[in-house]
Amino acid sequence: MNFLLFSTGLLTQSVSHTFAPRIALHVPDGFLNAPVLTITWLISIGLIALALNRVQAEYQDRAVPLMGVCAAFIFAAQMINFPIPGGTSGHLLGGTLAGALLGPWAGSLVMTVVFIVQGVVFQDGGITAMGANIFNMGLIGTFGGYYLLRTIRYAIGRDKLSGMIVGTSIAAWLSVVVAAVFCALELAISGTVPFNVAMSAMVGWHIFIGIGEALITVATVTFIWRTRPDLLYRSPRRAIATSPRSLSTR
Amino acid sequence: MTHPSSATRNRVFVLSGLGVALLIGVFLSPFASQNPDGLDRVAQDLKFDKKAAEVPLANKLPFYQIFDGYALRGVPQQFATPLAGLLGTLATFCLAWGVGKLTSRGTTPPDEASPIE
Repeated sequence: MNFLLFSTGLLTQSVSHTFAPRIALHVPDGFLNAPVLTITWLISIGLIALALNRVQAEYQDRAVPLMGVCAAFIFAAQMINFPIPGGTSGHLLGGTLAGALLGPWAGSLVMTVVFIVQGVVFQDGGITAMGANIFNMGLIGTFGGYYLLRTIRYAIGRDKLSGMIVGTSIAAWLSVVVAAVFCALELAISGTVPFNVAMSAMVGWHIFIGIGEALITVATVTFIWRTRPDLLYRSPRRAIATSPRSLSTR
Repeated sequence: MTHPSSATRNRVFVLSGLGVALLIGVFLSPFASQNPDGLDRVAQDLKFDKKAAEVPLANKLPFYQIFDGYALRGVPQQFATPLAGLLGTLATFCLAWGVGKLTSRGTTPPDEASPIE
């Protein structure tokens, strides 16, 4: 019951600063209209179903601990808003990171888990807008970011860290900008704000937020590459060649 | 056997990975920038922030009685966000582990274990 007192008190308080502690690109309830909500839910559910299928078909339970660690890390990192010039802040989205570490399929499941916990438990991002949020901040990175990263990485050399770094930084940065574009598009289609205005404002900030995304993603992927390359999705072949012996005794 | 067994290495990886996540969630979360983030800033500048639902749907869920955003209720203010970070990070870890466990293929015989491809 003191919870009740609490919540009425905090409710008025939290409405006034609803926006301050909430985090980048998380669309709240109310910004998007029903058609946009429906379409983004359908796309996200479709891709998640596909991901569930593919994980069942091709992942072994070796990937499970990395899924847990990856989700925990992205959740925690998303809490840390870093300031960007001009009085705004941004934080990691993590889609490209999850894709780089786990591949698009398990990576997508990990991102979905993160947004479910944020939305359901911590009221971060609207429940009705969760389909849009999973798509914008998760799946654009786990699919778009991952395949762009893989293309660049393989063009430079699958076994080269430099390829991984170049691919990861470009894919991570671009995934944030593209997420901002989609967010602007969804807002505009919903009639919340005119497209041109939303677009320039959203992209203007996220060009900078994307740099933070790229730095964190590259640092994390480089660390895993150096310490446990065998854990990476599509690991460098050297790690595959040298690790079966140590893996076999797991 | 100069190399630690892979079971040990995996355990080290999980514990240190989760440890880093918890450190971030607990000790860095209070220092997160309080500036409005990208979308919030745009919403304020373009004056559509009022369109956000007054009472978000999530506030009707039981978790709202426990957490007010990233703050645990009923504890001194300086612990509210670190504890939210701790519990949230652990919950996310467990949920993702569970999803992975339920969806990935069952245990492969150790001798045939191959990297995720």
